[in-house]
Amino acid sequence: MKKQHLVSRLELVKLTKQYPGCLANDRISMTLMPGEIHALLGENGAGKSTLVKTIYGVVSPDKGDILWDGKEVVIKSPSIARDLGIGMVFQHFSLFETLTISQNIELCLSKTQLHEIGDLAAKITELSQAYGLNVDPTRYVHTLSIGERQRVEIMRCLVQSVKLLILDEPTSVLTPQEVAGLFDVLRTLSKEGCSILFISHKLHEVTEICHKATILRGGKVVDTCVPNEETPASIAKMMVGDLADQEAGYVKREGTTTVFHVDDLSLPSKQPFGTVLKNIQFELKAGEILGVAGVAGNGQDELMAVISGEDERNVKNHLHLKGEPIGHLHAGERRRLGMAYVPEERLGRGAVPDMSLSENALLTHSDGFIKSGLVDWQGIKDYTKSLISKYKVKCHGEFSEAKSLSGGNLQKFIMGREIGQNPNVLICAHPTWGVDVGAALAIHQALLELRDKGAAILLISEDIDELFLLADRMSAVCDGYLSPVVRTEHTNIDQIGQWMAGTFINTHQPQEAQA
Amino acid sequence: MIRIQARTEPSALMKFVSPLLAIVLTLIFGGILFSAIGKSPVQALQVLLIAPLADSYNIGEMFVKMGPLLLCAVGLSLCYRANMWNIGAEGQLLAGALGGSAMALYFVESESIFALPITLLAGVVSGMVWAAIPTFLKLRFNSNLILTTIMFNYIALYLLIWAVHGPLRDPQGYGFPESAMFSDATLLPTIFESSRTHIGILFALLAGVVGWFILTKTHLGFQIRVFGADEPAARYAGFHGKKLSWFVMLFAGALAGLAGIGETAGPIGQLVPNVSPGYGYSAIIVAYLGRLHPIGAIIAAAFMAVLYMGGDLAQIEMGIPVAVVSMFQGVLLFFLLACDFFINNRLSFTNQATN
Amino acid sequence: MDSDLIIQILFAAIKTGTPLLFIALGELICEKSGVLNLGQEGMMLMGAVVGFLAAYSTGNAGLGVIAAIIMGSIMSLIFAFLVLHVGANQVATGLALTIFGTGLSAFVGSSVVGQTIEGFKPIALPLLSDIPFIGRILFQHDILVYSSFMMAFILMFVVNKTRIGLTLKAVGENPHAANAIGIKVLRVRYLAVMFGGVMAGLSGAYMSLVYTPMWVENMTAGRGWIALALVVFASWRVGRIMLGAYLFGLASIMHLVLQGLGWSISPNLLAMLPYVATVVVMVIISADKFKEKLLAPRSLGKPFDPRQMA
Repeated sequence: MKKQHLVSRLELVKLTKQYPGCLANDRISMTLMPGEIHALLGENGAGKSTLVKTIYGVVSPDKGDILWDGKEVVIKSPSIARDLGIGMVFQHFSLFETLTISQNIELCLSKTQLHEIGDLAAKITELSQAYGLNVDPTRYVHTLSIGERQRVEIMRCLVQSVKLLILDEPTSVLTPQEVAGLFDVLRTLSKEGCSILFISHKLHEVTEICHKATILRGGKVVDTCVPNEETPASIAKMMVGDLADQEAGYVKREGTTTVFHVDDLSLPSKQPFGTVLKNIQFELKAGEILGVAGVAGNGQDELMAVISGEDERNVKNHLHLKGEPIGHLHAGERRRLGMAYVPEERLGRGAVPDMSLSENALLTHSDGFIKSGLVDWQGIKDYTKSLISKYKVKCHGEFSEAKSLSGGNLQKFIMGREIGQNPNVLICAHPTWGVDVGAALAIHQALLELRDKGAAILLISEDIDELFLLADRMSAVCDGYLSPVVRTEHTNIDQIGQWMAGTFINTHQPQEAQA
Repeated sequence: MIRIQARTEPSALMKFVSPLLAIVLTLIFGGILFSAIGKSPVQALQVLLIAPLADSYNIGEMFVKMGPLLLCAVGLSLCYRANMWNIGAEGQLLAGALGGSAMALYFVESESIFALPITLLAGVVSGMVWAAIPTFLKLRFNSNLILTTIMFNYIALYLLIWAVHGPLRDPQGYGFPESAMFSDATLLPTIFESSRTHIGILFALLAGVVGWFILTKTHLGFQIRVFGADEPAARYAGFHGKKLSWFVMLFAGALAGLAGIGETAGPIGQLVPNVSPGYGYSAIIVAYLGRLHPIGAIIAAAFMAVLYMGGDLAQIEMGIPVAVVSMFQGVLLFFLLACDFFINNRLSFTNQATN
Repeated sequence: MDSDLIIQILFAAIKTGTPLLFIALGELICEKSGVLNLGQEGMMLMGAVVGFLAAYSTGNAGLGVIAAIIMGSIMSLIFAFLVLHVGANQVATGLALTIFGTGLSAFVGSSVVGQTIEGFKPIALPLLSDIPFIGRILFQHDILVYSSFMMAFILMFVVNKTRIGLTLKAVGENPHAANAIGIKVLRVRYLAVMFGGVMAGLSGAYMSLVYTPMWVENMTAGRGWIALALVVFASWRVGRIMLGAYLFGLASIMHLVLQGLGWSISPNLLAMLPYVATVVVMVIISADKFKEKLLAPRSLGKPFDPRQMA
């Protein structure tokens, strides 16, 4: 399909975007042909998101040119991008939950487009069948699963007869089976001549589907390649430079005594569009890591809130620490008994953005720093300095505000703070999400070290590879149900993938399936 | 070319400069306004800002006004730090005046040395009760604190008016809606001779120091700040949000109640319908101008008291309506909010984006 | 109580509820876009005083209404600029607007306190006003009351049936997503806030040109605040705002009702009634946290900075 005489669909010439304190895109040039599936690779913070937002008109570049079908264009807004034929599926979807699918799609269309289409609902149904998207225009978005929402986003682009489709980490929210379905759709589109710009950091996917790849690092293009001529390892090396030592398999351990267990926990959601927890049951043993796989929004947040006590409803007889019920205790009391948490949301939950690192250390680690109600500020400063040096947190000092740190450094800080309390039980959600490879390695090692000291760790993650790397036993959540738990060596990605899609629900818990 | 750029770190300097800049801009605005209505701006600003400090009597009066402003503002600073939008200082002040005055009238024949402390306590408790109801409604029924506290301001006002027309009216008062004059045993002692300045100002200054101590030195204060800045983080850390909410609200209610009884048992000496010229509302501005910091509130309250005094003088000497004070307060807050923009942003005067 | 008295009371309830209806409709649109404007009271007072001054000096109540509308929108623009462009805290800015409006209105109105003017005359609508019972309650009002009816019905249509309504809802639910699909979030919010200002001005004009008709300091007596509660009470729905406004109107004229029943209660205690009613209603409505989260515009009160992408 790469015929030389064809005019490129999209050409970027030295695009540059400066943010305060960060050069997000540094003279980026790349070319995309019609029908080409092009991967944009790079670590978090490499500038991928900024680049695609520039193409889609959400971000305006400081310098550089964009050529569309060979002609120079200025894309000032997403509506201009859409008029050109550029569609984008965002990583965090830009859908409106209180509106129907049809209304969501209507909002993206101009009056003339609407007029041309005529009956929008009929058009949606027609395209839905043509591409196997299975989208019902009258449904409200808040009733849809994550995978369905992504299909709505794709539909939103298809309705406008898109010529370039941009997908920002589309597979990170899907089960392996859903990913296969998505790839079918993308291949069909590609055959019809639609170009696809595919952002990912999952290398095996890139080698599977993409024709070309551009690799970004630190805001610059560092390499381009044809993925099926490369191996995941060689691409990884281009992405992260010298750091590319893939973590080898770590030793798996067998837990000893049960420290913490959740017993038949069912709880309705507190949030309007939240997940209902259903018959959750598991044990956590000293000296092991229990991994919980699952696509976001299947009850992970709710489960974490109940265990930590942030959800203040009384579940006394459903949570036990060392045999004692703790479900009726306040979050602070549970912490004092030796529970610690690393939340998914680092800034705004795990750390207060506008407070210094010292203050953020005091946030959960107050033992020994409070004397008759007064804060020992000097003590907490010294402690913070020791955390910073032990975990190699890059910052100006203990006075730096949490929001001034990069995601990876803040995560190392939070992880260090929680581990520093010598917890019996650590609940850890998405510890390396959005973190660069170096920080991820440090975080993994800190977790394993804590495990080897005898702590029980519950590791919730969307990254299956990470779970297989770290977890001693594995499980998955789907729609508020927790699957059975198996030893990691006795399972494989395929089975966990099936569980993430909920196949265990009917076979293992038939009586609750209707609930 | 002038461009607005976000700062990488918020400017500590601007946090202090911003209120001063806002005051200067407000004065410029005032000058233009006075010229527009045909008054000499120089004279008007002189009367408004300099005259209140010109002699000892005026300074004493300034302290009389500063007391209630500061008491309310210290409480509000803590509330706002905890993200509790208590707009009810006015109502809590009125409730304190009403409850405390009822107690003072009980002691109207008394010479007991306990009369004054009990009267003050009654005022404090009344203020706390008035703050407690909206707090309870918020924590138990999730009702909007801003709206309930405002409604309770109106309710307190009408309750007070009803009381001075009814049960608390002076039987010998020829039907005027006023209570009897309080006994000397329930009046706050004055500090200076020939001035109305009473020990209420000392209570207020003490409240400022206590507020500062709580906020910066104690774990409680730390928890309040976290709770206000980032509620999910406070919940994650296991702080008791409800207890913190109760604490700041009752603290604010107590101080506002003290301010209220401090007015009737202080300069006024009886319960009248117009106990407060809107001190509870002005205290919101004071709290903001003082950067929600109790020590800052002391300075801001002094400034606001000068403005109040100046407003009175401007009416007497230049016939400028006294409402000019509350208008200035609004303008001041506008300018302050606008200047605060530059804490997180700066102007850069470059031709092209460099660095 | 005879039917004549009932008719009088209901007629008065509508009259008293009209300023609440105007201002609450304005705030509703503002909140639908995700902006909480606590400056309603200040905008309303400015509308009242400027409307009165204009009508007093020209002798034309219609000009008064126009002046009030212009004033209301100017006030709302100050708010919109600070909140949308400067990124100031919505609560603090709204409070500042109210304090400013209270002071400025008292300042500029001090010369005309106690003066009266000839306000709008009631117009009995032909045919409609002859409907027994209802005709006398609904169709013997002045032109502003009729326009409030129309406004409510127009908004009901616009909010629920048009693309404008859809856009408004989208911006109020998720401004980042709206921005990402190319909706001009700030423009939508500016317009929504301005609409709120226009309606607040109109509401103020109704107070000083029809309801009293005169200018007194602080004459709105917290109606701007009650309107905010009314929006919550109405679960952000136009039809319910209408109902709520008239119910509050009824609560405000309770003394008439009680007189009709032959009771005597201190007027000062009765004056508390609308405020107490507001508190009671809010407690009942908000008690269901879950439901309120479902109904309230999700980005309400949260700032949106288009330069920062989530």
